[in-house]
Parts: sequence; structure tokens; C-alpha cells
Amino acid sequence: MKQIRTGRRRSAIKKHLVAYSFILPNLLGFAAFTLVPMVFSLVLAFMNWDGANVVTWAGLDNFIKLFQDETFRISLGNTFYYVIGTVPLTMIAALLLAMLLNQRLRGRNLFRTTFFIPYIASLVAVAVVWNMLFSPSMGPVNQLLLSLGMENPPRWSASVDWAMPTIIMASIWQGMGYYMLIYLAALQGIPYHLYEAAEIDGANGWQKFRYITLPLLTPATFFISMMLIIACFKVFSLIWVMTGGGPGRATNVLVIHTFNVAFREFRFGYSSAIAMVLFVIVLTMTIIQFRMEKRWVSYM
Amino acid sequence: MRSLSKQTDRGKPGILYLFFQARLGKIITYVLLIAMAFAVLLPFLWMLSASLKLDKDVFRFPIQWIPADPHWDNYVKIWTQIPFLTFFANTVKLTVIITMLQLFTSSFAGYAFAKLRFRGRNFLFLAYIASIAIPWQSYMVPQFIMMRKLGLVDTHLSLILLQAFTAFGVFLMRQFFIGIPDEIIDAARIDGLSEYGIYFRIMLPLSKPALATLAIFTAVFVWNDFMGPLIYLNSESLKTIQLGLRMFVMQYSANYALIMAASLISLIPVIILFLIFQRFFVEGIASTGVQG
Repeated sequence: MKQIRTGRRRSAIKKHLVAYSFILPNLLGFAAFTLVPMVFSLVLAFMNWDGANVVTWAGLDNFIKLFQDETFRISLGNTFYYVIGTVPLTMIAALLLAMLLNQRLRGRNLFRTTFFIPYIASLVAVAVVWNMLFSPSMGPVNQLLLSLGMENPPRWSASVDWAMPTIIMASIWQGMGYYMLIYLAALQGIPYHLYEAAEIDGANGWQKFRYITLPLLTPATFFISMMLIIACFKVFSLIWVMTGGGPGRATNVLVIHTFNVAFREFRFGYSSAIAMVLFVIVLTMTIIQFRMEKRWVSYM
Repeated sequence: MRSLSKQTDRGKPGILYLFFQARLGKIITYVLLIAMAFAVLLPFLWMLSASLKLDKDVFRFPIQWIPADPHWDNYVKIWTQIPFLTFFANTVKLTVIITMLQLFTSSFAGYAFAKLRFRGRNFLFLAYIASIAIPWQSYMVPQFIMMRKLGLVDTHLSLILLQAFTAFGVFLMRQFFIGIPDEIIDAARIDGLSEYGIYFRIMLPLSKPALATLAIFTAVFVWNDFMGPLIYLNSESLKTIQLGLRMFVMQYSANYALIMAASLISLIPVIILFLIFQRFFVEGIASTGVQG
């Protein structure tokens, strides 16, 4: 009896050890380089530290500083500007492309591949070519506008007013292919007989879109909007290479501000407080998405 | 002739009219698609065209799309004017190492989370999932401080350690393994295979599509990553292609043709990879909707 029991326990322990051995290679790296810094960032936001001198307790000072930091205010505003400018237009473009492709067409896959390519192109290369195309003095875009008779074409990324719209245009061009794929998958999930039934009832194209396609795409639309909003709040590389946050502070966004405060001014504690704002925004979006997703699942 | 007019007497559309209407819809679709495809490709075409010109001709207007005298030597010059080969090699190295580590550790852990029972499984998995929702930018600073303490700043190892063990990879593999029926595993256990044997001989061969998806997502991410190398790599000999490109633009801002040639070269590997593994990419996005 006893022997059997210890044998069983031994095999249970062995089972656990085997399971842990599968997890461990990943868990060690993940815990050390992701989980620990995550917890560390919570603590750091309440500290003063320049990286070299002694760490001191700051309490809520870093968060109070946020309210007095003009650059933070501007970059938060710019981030919202970027989000509001990019998200709806990207979604409309993505949906349009997906609807066009959701038909029997020759070269359908070729079109799909084409629209997707900007998404896998590196943001540095995209930013570089975009800056050249939209160069205020020599770029082909402004030369075209001049030759069409426009007297003072916009100075694009070199002007305070136009820098953000220029970046938004580049973002839409770059991202729409990705969200198109998600819309396309959702469109293919809509049963065809719904459209047939609507046709029998005499519905026209617009009515079919308005009363069948759009409502049935709601979960996809919601999912895409949340993903896009989160992605837009994290924007950095494209803007960094295109304008560096300028001219002035016209395109300084949250992550650029975090980067500057941390790696140029070496105010690690304060930069963590700024990063915490990003964290809270993204977390809120994720929670909303989770809640809504559950509701929809129970409805359908 | 009558059927060509919009409606016949009985108020039903004529056959020819319907035919034309259907045709018209298709034609409009094609025109729109071609226009959009053109707009999407235009910056790349301009890039290619400019990369074959002399600097002074790059901005000449009207645009000469096909240069009369293509300067292919621009593509030779970029390897000598800046250490482009070093940047290229560094990026290949990082991409290969991180992708391999990612595939190995993620599928290993994914299998355990999907098919093995052990204490703390649900809790650990929850920690993994939760971390996906937390933006890297919100903890990149403490991560940097840690790396500096470990003396790893300005090494490739820092980036490898940061990017090789992602929750996303584990999640993706786990979702795939969950879909494999338990009966296969039970049968293998009865046949006396160890868990390792099951993993290597049964699970790994079955999971090729998921591994391909993870591989291409990881490889494209690492190849294109700019912010990670920007924070961690200072020495020129360690820089990646994205950093190198940016450095090139800053140093030789008037060498437009060379900048375009370098940009194009930096894009080519990813585009080739994408075209080969396109199926996995598209399916991966459609099924998980994950951000690359």
C-alpha cells in the first residue's frame, strides 16, 4: 500500500517536473526581462532617479509634475490629434478595400498582397521616402501642385500646421492593408443567403450594405478600432524619423516625450510617470474591448 | 434595341441592361482597385526610380520614371560609403537568433500550457496574457536600467534577451496546440512515448503552420524594429539596418539617390519573406488579429 502511494506521488512529482521543464526556458526570460521591469516601472514612477546618483522617494511628485509640464500637455494633445486623425480614416480605407476585394475578381490575391505591402515595410524607409516625396521645396508633390497653379503649397512636415496631417497620411497609407485583412476575414463570415433574401425583398446595394454588412461587421469594427487606438497611442518610429517631434513641438507625442525625458534628460523616475499615463490609456481600451467582446458573444 | 433602354414596357429591366449594369459594377471595382494599388505602390516606384538617378536628377520635374541612364552603381556605392554590410549582417544575426529562440521556447511552453497539467498553470498563463495588453513603451525605461546594471547596454545580447521570450509567441502556440485532439497524445503515451518524445515526434511536425506564422511575425518585427536598437545600440559596429539607414539620412542628407537605394535594399528581405510565407501571414492575422 505505502509503496504504491509513494510511487504515485513520485510520478506526480515527475509529471510536474516535466511540465515545468517545458515552460522554464521561456518563463525564465519572460519573467526576468518582461515581468520584473513591469513591476519595477510601477515603483520607479514614485522615485527620483537620474540613473547615477542615489534613488530618493518622490511620492506623488512625479505625477504632480505632469500637470505642470507643458511639453507633456502638448504631447498628450498631439497624441489625441494623431489618434483621432488616423483611426477613422484608416478604418474607412480598410473597409473600402476589403469590400472591393470581397468579390469574384481576377487578380484578387495580387491586389490583396499589394495593399498589404506597406504594412511590412519598415517605418524608417517609409518615413524617409515620404519626407522626400513631400519635401517642401523640391519634392514631386509640391512641384506637381506648383505646376497645377497652386501658389503656396503646404510645407508639409516642415510646417507646424501641416506636420501632423502629413504623418497621419503616411500612417493611413501604411496601416490600412493590415486592417483590410481583418475586415476581409469578417466579410467572408457573412452568410451569402442574407444578401439573397434581401435581394428578393428588393433591397438595393446601399440598403444591403447599411442593413446587413455594417451591422454584421460591428464586432470586427469594434475590434479593429480598439487595436488601432492602442497602436496609435504607441506611435514613435514614424514620427521620430519624419519630424523628430517637431517642428517645435508640433508632433511631439507621448512616447517621444517619454523617450526624451528618459534617454536624453535621464529623469528615469519622471519618465516612468509619463509612461504610466500611456499604460492607463491602453489598459482602459483593453478592458473596454474585453467587456464589449463578451457582450457581443452572448448576443450572437 | 428595345432591351437596351432602361426598362421594358412591363417594368422589368431588360437583359442587356442587366448585363451592362453587372459589367459596369465590375469595371468600377477594377478601376478603383487599380487606382488604389497604384497609390499604394507609388512611393515604392518613386523610390526605385530615384535610386537609379544622379542626386541632381532625383527631384527634376516632370518626373522621369524610367531613368534614361540608370546608375546601377548607386547600389554598389552604398556598401562602401557607409558600413552597410555590417548593418545588414547585424540585422540578419539578430533576426535569426531571436526568431529561433522564440520558436523553440514558445512552442515548448505553449505545449505545456495546452496539454500538460501542473500546479500554477492557470495563474502563469494569466500573467502571460495580461502582459500582452501592457505596452512595451510603458516599461522600456526600467528594462533599460536593468540591462545597464547587467552591463548589457550596447550589446546584441540585450536585444536578444528582450525580444526572444514573448507572451505573444506562447499564446499563439498554445492556441494552436489546444486544437490538436487529446486522443493523439493519449495514444502516444500508451505507446510509451515520453512527453519530450510526444513533443518532438508528434507535436512539432503537426505545428508547422503555427511555427511558420510565428516565425514570419517575429522575423519581420525584428528586421524592422527601430526603437529597440535606438535605445540599446550605440557602437557603429553593432547597429542594425534601420539605425544605419537613419544614420545615413542624417549624415549624407543630400545623397538622395543613395538614400533611396539603401531604403530599397532594407525592404527587399522582408518583402521576399512576406511573399514566400504570405499564406501564413494572412491566416495568422485572420485567425488571431494580432499586431505584428
